[in-house]
Amino acid sequence: MSTLLEVDDLRVTFPTRTGRIEAVRGVSFSLGRERLGIVGESGSGKSQTGRAIMGLTPPQAEVTARKLAFDSIDLLAASPRDRRALRGKRIAMILQDPKYSLDPVMSIGRQIVETLRTHEKVGKAEARDRALAMLEAVQIRDPARVFDLHPHEVSGGMGQRAMIAMMLIAGPEMMIADEPTSALDVTVQLDVLGILDRLVSERGMGLIFISHDLRLVSSFCDRVIVMYAGKVVEQLKASELGRAQHPYTRGLLNCMPKIGADRHPLPVLDRKPEWAA
Amino acid sequence: MTAAVSVDRLEVVFDRFRALRGVSLEVQSGESFGLVGESGSGKSTLLRAIAGLAPAASGSITVNGKKLGKRRDKAFYREVQMVFQDPYGSLHPRQTVDRLLQEPLAIHGFADGEKRIQRALDEVGLGTGFRFRYSHQLSGGQRQRVAIARALILEPSILLLDEPTSALDASVQAEVLNLLEEIRRRRKLTFLMVSHDLAIITHMCERLMVMQNGEAVEHLTAGDLVERRVTRDYTRNLLRASEGFVRV
Repeated sequence: MSTLLEVDDLRVTFPTRTGRIEAVRGVSFSLGRERLGIVGESGSGKSQTGRAIMGLTPPQAEVTARKLAFDSIDLLAASPRDRRALRGKRIAMILQDPKYSLDPVMSIGRQIVETLRTHEKVGKAEARDRALAMLEAVQIRDPARVFDLHPHEVSGGMGQRAMIAMMLIAGPEMMIADEPTSALDVTVQLDVLGILDRLVSERGMGLIFISHDLRLVSSFCDRVIVMYAGKVVEQLKASELGRAQHPYTRGLLNCMPKIGADRHPLPVLDRKPEWAA
Repeated sequence: MTAAVSVDRLEVVFDRFRALRGVSLEVQSGESFGLVGESGSGKSTLLRAIAGLAPAASGSITVNGKKLGKRRDKAFYREVQMVFQDPYGSLHPRQTVDRLLQEPLAIHGFADGEKRIQRALDEVGLGTGFRFRYSHQLSGGQRQRVAIARALILEPSILLLDEPTSALDASVQAEVLNLLEEIRRRRKLTFLMVSHDLAIITHMCERLMVMQNGEAVEHLTAGDLVERRVTRDYTRNLLRASEGFVRV
Protein backbone atom coordinates (compact mmCIF):
# COMPACT_ATOMS: atom_id res chain seq x y z
CA MET A 1 0.00 0.00 0.00
CA SER A 2 1.45 3.35 -1.01
CA THR A 3 1.60 5.98 1.67
CA LEU A 4 -0.40 9.09 0.90
CA LEU A 5 0.12 11.07 4.05
CA GLU A 6 2.79 10.88 6.69
CA VAL A 7 2.41 12.63 10.01
CA ASP A 8 5.20 12.42 12.56
CA ASP A 9 5.14 14.24 15.89
CA LEU A 10 2.62 16.88 14.85
CA ARG A 11 2.13 19.68 17.37
CA VAL A 12 -0.30 22.60 17.25
CA THR A 13 0.19 25.32 19.85
CA PHE A 14 -2.00 28.35 20.52
CA PRO A 15 -0.54 31.34 22.33
CA THR A 16 -3.02 32.73 24.88
CA ARG A 17 -2.85 35.40 27.55
CA THR A 18 -2.38 32.73 30.18
CA GLY A 19 0.34 30.86 28.35
CA ARG A 20 0.72 28.46 25.47
CA ILE A 21 -1.95 25.85 24.97
CA GLU A 22 -0.89 22.70 23.16
CA ALA A 23 -3.99 21.46 21.35
CA VAL A 24 -2.15 18.67 19.54
CA ARG A 25 0.83 17.15 21.32
CA GLY A 26 2.90 14.87 19.16
CA VAL A 27 0.50 12.96 16.92
CA SER A 28 1.98 10.46 14.46
CA PHE A 29 0.29 8.25 11.89
CA SER A 30 0.37 7.44 8.22
CA LEU A 31 -2.44 7.06 5.75
CA GLY A 32 -2.64 5.00 2.58
CA ARG A 33 -5.64 4.59 0.33
CA GLU A 34 -7.78 3.52 3.25
CA ARG A 35 -10.35 4.81 5.70
CA LEU A 36 -8.88 6.08 8.92
CA GLY A 37 -11.06 7.23 11.81
CA ILE A 38 -9.93 9.75 14.42
CA VAL A 39 -12.06 9.63 17.55
CA GLY A 40 -12.06 11.71 20.69
CA GLU A 41 -14.11 14.14 22.77
CA SER A 42 -14.36 17.89 22.23
CA GLY A 43 -10.98 19.39 22.95
CA SER A 44 -9.05 16.21 22.25
CA GLY A 45 -7.33 17.86 19.28
CA LYS A 46 -8.89 15.70 16.57
CA SER A 47 -10.23 18.61 14.53
CA GLN A 48 -7.02 20.62 14.94
CA THR A 49 -5.10 17.61 13.59
CA GLY A 50 -7.32 17.61 10.49
CA ARG A 51 -7.02 21.36 10.07
CA ALA A 52 -3.25 21.32 10.39
CA ILE A 53 -3.03 18.75 7.58
CA MET A 54 -5.35 20.86 5.47
CA GLY A 55 -3.44 24.05 6.28
CA LEU A 56 -6.39 25.77 7.95
CA THR A 57 -4.84 26.40 11.34
CA PRO A 58 -5.44 30.00 12.49
CA PRO A 59 -2.42 32.25 11.75
CA GLN A 60 -1.55 32.91 15.40
CA ALA A 61 -1.12 29.21 16.10
CA GLU A 62 2.15 27.40 15.62
CA VAL A 63 2.32 24.09 13.75
CA THR A 64 5.44 21.96 14.06
CA ALA A 65 6.19 18.39 13.09
CA ARG A 66 9.18 16.18 12.43
CA LYS A 67 7.40 15.28 9.25
CA LEU A 68 4.14 16.34 7.66
CA ALA A 69 4.17 15.14 4.09
CA PHE A 70 1.46 14.52 1.52
CA ASP A 71 2.62 12.41 -1.42
CA SER A 72 6.24 13.30 -0.52
CA ILE A 73 5.46 17.05 -0.55
CA ASP A 74 6.63 18.67 2.69
CA LEU A 75 3.49 20.56 3.73
CA LEU A 76 5.23 22.70 6.35
CA ALA A 77 7.85 23.92 3.87
CA ALA A 78 5.38 24.48 1.03
CA SER A 79 4.54 28.07 0.11
CA PRO A 80 1.01 29.33 0.78
CA ARG A 81 0.52 29.31 -2.98
CA ASP A 82 1.49 25.66 -3.29
CA ARG A 83 -0.73 24.71 -0.41
CA ARG A 84 -3.62 26.56 -1.95
CA ALA A 85 -3.10 24.55 -5.11
CA LEU A 86 -3.28 21.33 -3.08
CA ARG A 87 -6.36 22.32 -1.13
CA GLY A 88 -9.51 21.39 -2.96
CA LYS A 89 -7.58 19.79 -5.81
CA ARG A 90 -5.74 16.93 -4.14
CA ILE A 91 -6.85 17.24 -0.51
CA ALA A 92 -10.47 18.03 0.25
CA MET A 93 -12.34 18.62 3.48
CA ILE A 94 -15.96 18.19 4.48
CA LEU A 95 -17.08 20.21 7.48
CA GLN A 96 -19.71 19.51 10.06
CA ASP A 97 -22.59 21.81 9.34
CA PRO A 98 -23.60 22.69 5.76
CA LYS A 99 -25.59 25.61 7.17
CA TYR A 100 -22.38 27.42 8.11
CA SER A 101 -19.83 26.07 5.68
CA LEU A 102 -21.59 26.80 2.38
CA ASP A 103 -21.63 30.33 1.02
CA PRO A 104 -25.14 31.62 1.81
CA VAL A 105 -25.31 34.13 -1.06
CA MET A 106 -24.17 31.86 -3.87
CA SER A 107 -26.21 29.15 -5.54
CA ILE A 108 -25.10 25.59 -4.89
CA GLY A 109 -24.28 25.02 -8.53
CA ARG A 110 -22.09 28.10 -8.76
CA GLN A 111 -20.15 27.01 -5.68
CA ILE A 112 -19.44 23.63 -7.23
CA VAL A 113 -18.46 25.18 -10.55
CA GLU A 114 -16.20 27.64 -8.72
CA THR A 115 -14.25 24.78 -7.13
CA LEU A 116 -13.87 23.02 -10.44
CA ARG A 117 -12.76 26.07 -12.44
CA THR A 118 -10.28 27.12 -9.76
CA HIS A 119 -8.40 23.90 -10.28
CA GLU A 120 -9.03 22.94 -13.89
CA LYS A 121 -9.24 24.79 -17.15
CA VAL A 122 -12.75 23.97 -18.28
CA GLY A 123 -15.37 25.93 -20.17
CA LYS A 124 -18.57 27.16 -18.53
CA ALA A 125 -20.84 24.66 -20.26
CA GLU A 126 -18.61 21.72 -19.47
CA ALA A 127 -18.22 22.83 -15.84
CA ARG A 128 -21.98 22.97 -15.52
CA ASP A 129 -22.39 19.50 -16.99
CA ARG A 130 -19.79 18.07 -14.65
CA ALA A 131 -21.36 19.76 -11.63
CA LEU A 132 -24.73 18.31 -12.58
CA ALA A 133 -23.21 14.86 -12.99
CA MET A 134 -21.56 15.18 -9.60
CA LEU A 135 -24.85 16.21 -7.97
CA GLU A 136 -26.38 13.12 -9.49
CA ALA A 137 -23.53 11.00 -8.13
CA VAL A 138 -24.38 12.12 -4.60
CA GLN A 139 -27.95 10.95 -5.21
CA ILE A 140 -29.69 14.27 -5.55
CA ARG A 141 -32.82 13.41 -7.46
CA ASP A 142 -33.34 16.60 -9.41
CA PRO A 143 -29.83 18.02 -10.00
CA ALA A 144 -30.92 20.76 -12.40
CA ARG A 145 -33.26 22.24 -9.80
CA VAL A 146 -30.82 21.94 -6.90
CA PHE A 147 -28.07 23.53 -9.02
CA ASP A 148 -29.89 26.87 -8.90
CA LEU A 149 -30.95 26.73 -5.26
CA HIS A 150 -29.23 28.63 -2.45
CA PRO A 151 -28.04 26.79 0.67
CA HIS A 152 -30.91 28.05 2.85
CA GLU A 153 -33.41 26.49 0.44
CA VAL A 154 -32.21 22.92 0.96
CA SER A 155 -32.36 20.55 3.92
CA GLY A 156 -29.33 19.62 6.00
CA GLY A 157 -28.92 16.26 4.30
CA MET A 158 -29.13 17.82 0.86
CA GLY A 159 -26.67 20.56 1.85
CA GLN A 160 -24.20 17.97 3.07
CA ARG A 161 -24.54 16.03 -0.19
CA ALA A 162 -23.90 19.25 -2.11
CA MET A 163 -20.78 19.78 -0.02
CA ILE A 164 -19.57 16.25 -0.79
CA ALA A 165 -20.19 16.92 -4.48
CA MET A 166 -18.21 20.15 -4.25
CA MET A 167 -15.33 18.40 -2.54
CA LEU A 168 -15.21 15.50 -4.96
CA ILE A 169 -15.54 17.39 -8.23
CA ALA A 170 -11.83 18.13 -8.58
CA GLY A 171 -11.06 14.45 -7.96
CA PRO A 172 -9.01 14.68 -4.74
CA GLU A 173 -6.80 11.81 -3.62
CA MET A 174 -7.39 12.43 0.05
CA MET A 175 -10.43 13.60 1.93
CA ILE A 176 -10.73 14.83 5.49
CA ALA A 177 -14.29 14.59 6.82
CA ASP A 178 -14.71 16.46 10.11
CA GLU A 179 -17.91 15.23 11.77
CA PRO A 180 -19.66 15.07 8.39
CA THR A 181 -22.93 13.74 9.75
CA SER A 182 -23.23 15.05 13.31
CA ALA A 183 -25.57 17.86 12.27
CA LEU A 184 -27.88 15.46 10.43
CA ASP A 185 -30.84 13.31 11.41
CA VAL A 186 -30.15 9.65 12.18
CA THR A 187 -31.87 8.35 9.07
CA VAL A 188 -30.24 10.92 6.78
CA GLN A 189 -26.88 10.20 8.42
CA LEU A 190 -26.84 6.70 7.01
CA ASP A 191 -27.71 7.88 3.48
CA VAL A 192 -24.88 10.41 3.52
CA LEU A 193 -22.42 7.88 4.93
CA GLY A 194 -23.47 5.39 2.27
CA ILE A 195 -22.78 7.92 -0.48
CA LEU A 196 -19.44 8.87 1.03
CA ASP A 197 -18.48 5.22 1.42
CA ARG A 198 -19.31 4.36 -2.19
CA LEU A 199 -17.52 7.36 -3.69
CA VAL A 200 -14.43 6.90 -1.55
CA SER A 201 -14.05 3.24 -2.48
CA GLU A 202 -14.89 3.78 -6.17
CA ARG A 203 -12.24 6.45 -6.50
CA GLY A 204 -9.71 4.77 -4.25
CA MET A 205 -9.28 7.83 -2.05
CA GLY A 206 -7.67 8.05 1.34
CA LEU A 207 -10.18 9.19 3.95
CA ILE A 208 -9.70 10.65 7.41
CA PHE A 209 -12.99 10.50 9.26
CA ILE A 210 -13.10 12.65 12.39
CA SER A 211 -15.89 12.05 14.88
CA HIS A 212 -16.73 11.73 18.57
CA ASP A 213 -18.90 8.69 17.91
CA LEU A 214 -16.62 5.69 18.30
CA ARG A 215 -19.20 3.16 17.27
CA LEU A 216 -20.09 4.99 14.06
CA VAL A 217 -16.43 5.42 13.16
CA SER A 218 -15.63 1.79 13.76
CA SER A 219 -18.47 0.65 11.53
CA PHE A 220 -17.23 2.92 8.76
CA CYS A 221 -13.43 2.86 8.88
CA ASP A 222 -10.66 0.30 8.47
CA ARG A 223 -8.49 1.69 11.23
CA VAL A 224 -9.19 3.90 14.25
CA ILE A 225 -7.00 6.34 16.16
CA VAL A 226 -8.26 7.35 19.57
CA MET A 227 -7.17 10.77 20.86
CA TYR A 228 -7.25 12.17 24.35
CA ALA A 229 -5.92 15.59 25.44
CA GLY A 230 -4.01 16.13 22.20
CA LYS A 231 -2.35 12.72 22.13
CA VAL A 232 -2.99 9.39 20.50
CA VAL A 233 -3.82 6.95 23.27
CA GLU A 234 -4.61 3.96 21.11
CA GLN A 235 -4.44 2.86 17.46
CA LEU A 236 -6.25 -0.23 16.34
CA LYS A 237 -8.07 -1.98 13.54
CA ALA A 238 -11.78 -1.22 13.51
CA SER A 239 -12.56 -4.93 13.50
CA GLU A 240 -10.59 -5.39 16.71
CA LEU A 241 -12.34 -2.67 18.64
CA GLY A 242 -13.72 -5.23 21.06
CA ARG A 243 -10.16 -5.96 22.11
CA ALA A 244 -9.32 -2.31 22.88
CA GLN A 245 -6.81 -2.04 25.71
CA HIS A 246 -6.92 1.56 26.80
CA PRO A 247 -9.52 2.32 29.49
CA TYR A 248 -10.48 5.51 27.65
CA THR A 249 -11.34 3.63 24.45
CA ARG A 250 -13.31 1.09 26.42
CA GLY A 251 -15.08 3.85 28.30
CA LEU A 252 -16.09 5.54 25.04
CA LEU A 253 -17.46 2.26 23.74
CA ASN A 254 -19.43 1.56 26.89
CA CYS A 255 -21.02 4.91 27.60
CA MET A 256 -23.51 4.90 24.71
CA PRO A 257 -27.05 3.75 25.50
CA LYS A 258 -27.88 0.66 23.48
CA ILE A 259 -31.28 -0.80 22.66
CA GLY A 260 -31.73 -3.99 24.61
CA ALA A 261 -28.97 -3.36 27.12
CA ASP A 262 -30.57 -2.42 30.41
CA ARG A 263 -27.86 -0.50 32.19
CA HIS A 264 -28.85 2.00 34.84
CA PRO A 265 -26.92 4.13 35.45
CA LEU A 266 -24.83 4.22 32.29
CA PRO A 267 -21.12 3.66 32.86
CA VAL A 268 -19.27 6.97 32.72
CA LEU A 269 -15.65 7.76 32.02
CA ASP A 270 -13.45 7.94 35.04
CA ARG A 271 -10.78 10.27 33.68
CA LYS A 272 -7.31 9.56 34.96
CA PRO A 273 -4.66 12.31 34.92
CA GLU A 274 -2.05 9.83 33.65
CA TRP A 275 -3.99 9.42 30.36
CA ALA A 276 -3.01 12.96 29.43
CA ALA A 277 0.61 12.55 30.51
CA MET B 1 -53.21 7.21 38.57
CA THR B 2 -53.91 10.62 37.11
CA ALA B 3 -52.58 11.97 33.87
CA ALA B 4 -49.90 14.61 34.37
CA VAL B 5 -50.10 15.78 30.78
CA SER B 6 -52.86 14.99 28.39
CA VAL B 7 -53.03 16.31 24.87
CA ASP B 8 -56.14 15.93 22.80
CA ARG B 9 -56.26 16.32 19.01
CA LEU B 10 -53.79 19.18 19.09
CA GLU B 11 -53.22 21.19 15.92
CA VAL B 12 -50.45 23.72 15.47
CA VAL B 13 -50.41 25.81 12.32
CA PHE B 14 -47.66 28.20 11.23
CA ASP B 15 -49.05 30.39 8.43
CA ARG B 16 -50.52 27.66 6.26
CA PHE B 17 -48.17 24.88 7.34
CA ARG B 18 -49.73 22.30 9.65
CA ALA B 19 -46.88 21.37 11.99
CA LEU B 20 -49.08 19.19 14.19
CA ARG B 21 -52.06 17.32 12.76
CA GLY B 22 -54.39 16.22 15.52
CA VAL B 23 -51.95 14.66 17.95
CA SER B 24 -53.22 13.06 21.15
CA LEU B 25 -51.24 11.60 24.00
CA GLU B 26 -51.46 10.96 27.70
CA VAL B 27 -48.54 10.90 30.12
CA GLN B 28 -49.17 9.51 33.60
CA SER B 29 -47.81 11.21 36.66
CA GLY B 30 -44.30 9.97 37.44
CA GLU B 31 -43.87 8.44 34.01
CA SER B 32 -41.09 9.06 31.53
CA PHE B 33 -42.46 9.43 28.03
CA GLY B 34 -40.46 9.71 24.81
CA LEU B 35 -41.16 11.41 21.49
CA VAL B 36 -39.17 10.17 18.50
CA GLY B 37 -39.05 11.16 14.85
CA GLU B 38 -36.94 12.76 12.15
CA SER B 39 -36.43 16.53 11.87
CA GLY B 40 -39.65 18.23 10.93
CA SER B 41 -41.83 15.46 12.36
CA GLY B 42 -43.32 17.87 14.92
CA LYS B 43 -41.86 16.35 18.07
CA SER B 44 -40.27 19.60 19.28
CA THR B 45 -43.34 21.58 18.25
CA LEU B 46 -45.48 19.35 20.46
CA LEU B 47 -43.19 20.03 23.42
CA ARG B 48 -43.16 23.75 22.71
CA ALA B 49 -46.94 23.82 22.38
CA ILE B 50 -47.24 22.30 25.85
CA ALA B 51 -44.81 24.88 27.24
CA GLY B 52 -46.80 27.67 25.57
CA LEU B 53 -44.08 28.51 23.05
CA ALA B 54 -46.05 27.45 19.98
CA PRO B 55 -49.65 28.53 19.31
CA ALA B 56 -52.33 25.84 19.40
CA ALA B 57 -54.84 26.26 16.57
CA SER B 58 -57.28 23.73 17.99
CA GLY B 59 -57.44 20.83 20.39
CA SER B 60 -56.64 20.96 24.08
CA ILE B 61 -53.79 20.47 26.53
CA THR B 62 -54.44 19.48 30.13
CA VAL B 63 -51.73 19.58 32.78
CA ASN B 64 -52.38 18.04 36.21
CA GLY B 65 -56.11 18.11 35.57
CA LYS B 66 -56.17 21.75 34.56
CA LYS B 67 -57.04 22.71 31.02
CA LEU B 68 -54.66 25.28 29.59
CA GLY B 69 -55.77 28.43 27.80
CA LYS B 70 -53.85 30.61 25.38
CA ARG B 71 -51.79 32.24 28.11
CA ARG B 72 -49.90 30.33 30.76
CA ASP B 73 -49.98 31.70 34.29
CA LYS B 74 -47.14 31.66 36.80
CA ALA B 75 -48.55 28.62 38.56
CA PHE B 76 -48.13 26.65 35.33
CA TYR B 77 -44.43 27.38 35.15
CA ARG B 78 -44.01 26.27 38.76
CA GLU B 79 -45.26 22.89 37.58
CA VAL B 80 -43.72 22.63 34.12
CA GLN B 81 -40.17 23.54 33.14
CA MET B 82 -38.21 22.92 29.98
CA VAL B 83 -34.60 22.08 29.13
CA PHE B 84 -33.52 23.03 25.62
CA GLN B 85 -31.29 21.31 23.12
CA ASP B 86 -28.44 23.72 22.75
CA PRO B 87 -26.73 24.69 26.00
CA TYR B 88 -24.68 27.22 24.02
CA GLY B 89 -27.82 29.09 23.03
CA SER B 90 -30.09 28.72 26.03
CA LEU B 91 -27.96 30.47 28.68
CA HIS B 92 -27.59 34.25 28.76
CA PRO B 93 -24.00 35.00 27.73
CA ARG B 94 -23.63 38.04 29.98
CA GLN B 95 -25.14 36.63 33.15
CA THR B 96 -23.33 34.58 35.75
CA VAL B 97 -24.74 31.22 36.78
CA ASP B 98 -25.93 32.86 39.99
CA ARG B 99 -27.82 35.57 38.10
CA LEU B 100 -29.31 32.98 35.73
CA LEU B 101 -30.64 30.95 38.62
CA GLN B 102 -31.97 34.00 40.46
CA GLU B 103 -34.17 35.03 37.55
CA PRO B 104 -36.89 32.37 38.01
CA LEU B 105 -36.75 32.84 41.80
CA ALA B 106 -37.30 36.59 41.44
CA ILE B 107 -40.17 36.11 39.00
CA HIS B 108 -41.93 33.75 41.35
CA GLY B 109 -41.11 35.71 44.49
CA PHE B 110 -39.13 33.14 46.44
CA ALA B 111 -37.42 34.44 49.56
CA ASP B 112 -35.05 31.55 50.25
CA GLY B 113 -33.07 32.06 47.03
CA GLU B 114 -29.67 31.56 48.58
CA LYS B 115 -30.51 28.10 49.85
CA ARG B 116 -32.27 27.06 46.67
CA ILE B 117 -29.39 28.06 44.41
CA GLN B 118 -26.94 26.11 46.52
CA ARG B 119 -29.18 23.09 46.57
CA ALA B 120 -29.88 23.21 42.83
CA LEU B 121 -26.17 23.44 42.00
CA ASP B 122 -25.34 20.59 44.37
CA GLU B 123 -28.10 18.50 42.89
CA VAL B 124 -26.72 18.75 39.35
CA GLY B 125 -23.23 18.00 40.61
CA LEU B 126 -21.65 21.40 40.02
CA GLY B 127 -21.08 22.68 43.54
CA THR B 128 -20.93 26.33 44.54
CA GLY B 129 -17.54 26.85 42.88
CA PHE B 130 -19.40 27.37 39.62
CA ARG B 131 -21.82 29.91 41.00
CA PHE B 132 -20.13 33.08 39.85
CA ARG B 133 -18.90 31.92 36.49
CA TYR B 134 -20.20 33.01 33.11
CA SER B 135 -21.51 30.42 30.71
CA HIS B 136 -18.56 30.85 28.33
CA GLN B 137 -16.31 29.61 31.14
CA LEU B 138 -18.17 26.30 31.23
CA SER B 139 -18.00 23.23 29.02
CA GLY B 140 -21.05 21.97 27.10
CA GLY B 141 -21.87 19.38 29.75
CA GLN B 142 -21.54 21.90 32.57
CA ARG B 143 -23.78 24.34 30.73
CA GLN B 144 -26.45 21.70 30.30
CA ARG B 145 -26.20 21.01 34.04
CA VAL B 146 -26.82 24.72 34.69
CA ALA B 147 -29.84 24.58 32.38
CA ILE B 148 -31.14 21.58 34.32
CA ALA B 149 -30.51 23.38 37.63
CA ARG B 150 -32.47 26.37 36.33
CA ALA B 151 -35.36 24.11 35.39
CA LEU B 152 -35.30 22.39 38.80
CA ILE B 153 -35.00 25.46 40.98
CA LEU B 154 -38.75 26.07 41.04
CA GLU B 155 -39.33 22.42 41.98
CA PRO B 156 -41.60 21.57 39.05
CA SER B 157 -43.32 18.21 38.78
CA ILE B 158 -43.03 17.94 35.00
CA LEU B 159 -39.86 18.40 32.97
CA LEU B 160 -39.96 18.89 29.20
CA LEU B 161 -36.65 17.81 27.66
CA ASP B 162 -35.93 18.80 24.07
CA GLU B 163 -32.93 16.72 22.88
CA PRO B 164 -31.06 17.52 26.08
CA THR B 165 -27.88 15.66 25.07
CA SER B 166 -27.64 15.89 21.29
CA ALA B 167 -25.15 18.76 21.43
CA LEU B 168 -22.89 16.85 23.83
CA ASP B 169 -20.09 14.33 23.44
CA ALA B 170 -20.96 10.66 23.92
CA SER B 171 -19.10 10.46 27.23
CA VAL B 172 -20.70 13.63 28.59
CA GLN B 173 -24.08 12.47 27.32
CA ALA B 174 -23.90 9.44 29.62
CA GLU B 175 -23.24 11.70 32.62
CA VAL B 176 -26.16 13.99 31.82
CA LEU B 177 -28.55 11.07 31.17
CA ASN B 178 -27.55 9.52 34.49
CA LEU B 179 -28.11 12.83 36.24
CA LEU B 180 -31.59 13.19 34.71
CA GLU B 181 -32.55 9.66 35.75
CA GLU B 182 -31.35 10.18 39.28
CA ILE B 183 -33.24 13.46 39.64
CA ARG B 184 -36.39 11.87 38.31
CA ARG B 185 -36.16 9.03 40.79
CA ARG B 186 -35.42 11.32 43.72
CA ARG B 187 -38.04 13.93 42.95
CA LYS B 188 -40.61 11.61 41.35
CA LEU B 189 -40.77 13.82 38.28
CA THR B 190 -42.68 13.28 35.09
CA PHE B 191 -40.49 13.47 31.98
CA LEU B 192 -41.56 14.25 28.44
CA MET B 193 -38.45 13.79 26.36
CA VAL B 194 -37.74 14.41 22.69
CA SER B 195 -34.90 12.73 20.83
CA HIS B 196 -34.13 11.44 17.38
CA ASP B 197 -32.06 8.66 18.91
CA LEU B 198 -34.09 5.55 19.70
CA ALA B 199 -31.35 4.13 21.93
CA ILE B 200 -31.56 7.15 24.24
CA ILE B 201 -35.34 7.00 24.36
CA THR B 202 -35.45 3.27 25.19
CA HIS B 203 -32.86 3.88 27.86
CA MET B 204 -34.76 6.76 29.47
CA CYS B 205 -38.45 6.16 28.81
CA GLU B 206 -41.04 3.51 29.52
CA ARG B 207 -43.38 4.48 26.71
CA LEU B 208 -42.87 6.42 23.53
CA MET B 209 -44.65 7.85 20.53
CA VAL B 210 -43.17 7.83 17.03
CA MET B 211 -43.98 10.90 14.95
CA GLN B 212 -43.82 11.70 11.26
CA ASN B 213 -45.05 14.77 9.36
CA GLY B 214 -46.86 16.15 12.39
CA GLU B 215 -48.76 12.95 13.11
CA ALA B 216 -48.39 10.16 15.62
CA VAL B 217 -47.61 7.00 13.66
CA GLU B 218 -47.04 4.53 16.46
CA HIS B 219 -47.30 4.14 20.24
CA LEU B 220 -44.79 1.71 21.74
CA THR B 221 -43.29 0.64 25.02
CA ALA B 222 -39.53 0.43 25.52
CA GLY B 223 -39.94 -3.36 25.66
CA ASP B 224 -41.54 -3.39 22.20
CA LEU B 225 -38.48 -1.70 20.78
CA VAL B 226 -36.07 -4.08 22.49
CA GLU B 227 -37.96 -7.04 21.00
CA ARG B 228 -38.42 -5.26 17.65
CA ARG B 229 -42.22 -5.42 17.90
CA VAL B 230 -42.86 -2.49 15.58
CA THR B 231 -45.47 -2.33 12.87
CA ARG B 232 -44.40 0.65 10.76
CA ASP B 233 -41.58 0.74 8.22
CA TYR B 234 -40.79 4.25 9.37
CA THR B 235 -40.06 3.02 12.88
CA ARG B 236 -38.04 0.13 11.48
CA ASN B 237 -35.92 2.62 9.55
CA LEU B 238 -35.27 4.58 12.72
CA LEU B 239 -34.33 1.35 14.48
CA ARG B 240 -31.92 0.40 11.75
CA ALA B 241 -30.39 3.88 11.81
CA SER B 242 -29.67 3.56 15.52
CA GLU B 243 -27.55 0.50 14.90
CA GLY B 244 -24.88 2.36 12.97
CA PHE B 245 -23.50 2.16 9.50
CA VAL B 246 -23.63 -1.16 7.64
CA ARG B 247 -21.72 -1.50 4.38
CA VAL B 248 -23.88 -2.90 1.57
